[in-house]
Amino acid sequence: MTAATMSPALSAPAKLAVAAVVAALLVAAPFGFYPVLLMKVMCFALFACAFNLLPGYAGLLSFGHAMFFGGASYICAHTMKVMGFPPEAGLLAGTAFAALLGLVAGALAIRREGIYFAMVTLALAQMFYFFCLQAPFTNGEDGIQGVERGTLLGLIDLTDDLTLYYVVAVIFVAGVALIHRIVHSPFGQVLRAIRENEPRAISLGYSVDRYKLVAFVLSATLAGLAGSTKVLVFQLASLTDVYWTMSGEVVLMTIVGGMGTILGPAVGAAVIVMMQNYLASFGEWVLVIQGCIFVLVVSVFRRGIVGEIKAAAERRRARRAG
Amino acid sequence: MMELIGIPPQALFGQLMLGLINGSFYAMLSLGLAVIFGLLNVINFAHGAQYMLGAFVAWMLLNWLGIPYWGALVIAPILVAATGLVIERVFLRRLHDLDHLYGLLLTFGLALIFEGVMRSQFGAAGMPYGNPLPGGVNLGFMYLPWYRGWIIVASLAICLATWFVIERTKLGAYLRAATERPEIVQSFGIDVPRMITLTYAFGVGLAALAGVLAAPAYQVSPNMGSNLIIVVFAVVVIGGMGSIMGAIVTGFGLGVIEGLTKVFYPEASNTVIFVIMALVLMVRPAGLFGAAK
Repeated sequence: MTAATMSPALSAPAKLAVAAVVAALLVAAPFGFYPVLLMKVMCFALFACAFNLLPGYAGLLSFGHAMFFGGASYICAHTMKVMGFPPEAGLLAGTAFAALLGLVAGALAIRREGIYFAMVTLALAQMFYFFCLQAPFTNGEDGIQGVERGTLLGLIDLTDDLTLYYVVAVIFVAGVALIHRIVHSPFGQVLRAIRENEPRAISLGYSVDRYKLVAFVLSATLAGLAGSTKVLVFQLASLTDVYWTMSGEVVLMTIVGGMGTILGPAVGAAVIVMMQNYLASFGEWVLVIQGCIFVLVVSVFRRGIVGEIKAAAERRRARRAG
Repeated sequence: MMELIGIPPQALFGQLMLGLINGSFYAMLSLGLAVIFGLLNVINFAHGAQYMLGAFVAWMLLNWLGIPYWGALVIAPILVAATGLVIERVFLRRLHDLDHLYGLLLTFGLALIFEGVMRSQFGAAGMPYGNPLPGGVNLGFMYLPWYRGWIIVASLAICLATWFVIERTKLGAYLRAATERPEIVQSFGIDVPRMITLTYAFGVGLAALAGVLAAPAYQVSPNMGSNLIIVVFAVVVIGGMGSIMGAIVTGFGLGVIEGLTKVFYPEASNTVIFVIMALVLMVRPAGLFGAAK
């Protein structure tokens, strides 16, 4: 795993080709699929990619990311509906709130490691869930409904699904590009060094806690951007998005697609959202199926879809070279 | 009757009693988590689901086979512990050499499966389970229902018995030794893999036993475990998993604090344990009884 993450799996022209294919798919997709479903996929894909920054590159498994996703969506919905913010300001407000919440939660959570880190983040998210349940502005069980999509920057009317689709696509691509940039920056290298050998990173003079906290805040912020974008799509913020099941779902998406790969979580999000969409009539069995996927992936398929493809490509290259 | 700091004593002692009962469940569940974590290095996310299964098995034994509460108190934990044997053998053993987080993810998946199956079979609403000890006694300052008293006495006895077995018997000495240095214990001819399997099953059985105790006190419902386990995780972070007695004391103590919060500031009663967790993380990150591990 160490060697695989350090050496790029694809050559530069191949990477360009992947980017071109993804771009072409994003432009053409709404003509083949229902745009709202695609937008849902992109929101969760961005959420999962943002989440993946922590376990995939810093070795910190958060079980509480619903608080940033759902918290941002509450703030975005509230500012837009009650305070009359335009969409760009609503997105910004939600994202900024997630960053702030990430700073507080992260400062507490990075004081523990490994399994304890997971339990602390889960508990903090549950505390936030109870806060949302009781706070008056969230409307409790009803949530904030009927948020007008409005006009982006006073220019682009977002009421049309197809227009909104391209706006969401731009947000998604920008978010993933930023994550790619973070992962491949010197900062990302230090994060990986911490994941692989924390005592050595400390002995090399890196203030490990500060790196972890910055990674936590970045991950929370981008998760918040995803949650705010989801408000534009569904015009709704609800308790579902701050509940612990949502924190579990994003973990599932990430490990299905491949933890520690840039596009893996997006692929995983697409698989899980599509599955939920087609299996919606099965009711409670969706939970059982999700549980079975968890058990299956963890038992026999730990690299995830993209991780397996990468590993297969590397094996082939190694055979050709040797 | 006189009032204490503006609170009628009936309400105060009533909430204290409820707090002690919640604390009983926190203590039993965090005890099981600590025992499993000690030997397997796995946080058993399915612990809440196994507690829920204990309650459901008791309900099924009563309604389908006519086996009353006292029989279920013995049979249900054994049945659920048996599923624990299978889970350890089939799934957890294969993850033993990997990052501990995989064990957490796997048991999280199992928790979803258990909860989903129960919800699809019985619906999300709770089902009542008849009280096996109706009535109670007036203690003068408060009314004590027999069953509530029984929960506290039984869980204290279970916790202390577990503490005694682990800290004061030869079997417990093996267990503690295997927690520290499994390969050396193995070299003395003790079957450590079997010990690991049985320890997991024991922890699971403990959760199921707590579930049977909870069935008459609360509703038997599929989500009774998932809500509880998150609080228990916070309890475990506060106490640290280094000491058995620490888990017991923290569990009961936090239950009482939660009960008192219900009297004095009810809005915070859901979150007080999480707030305490945040405070402990700031002041003493390893937990009150924890050694950094």
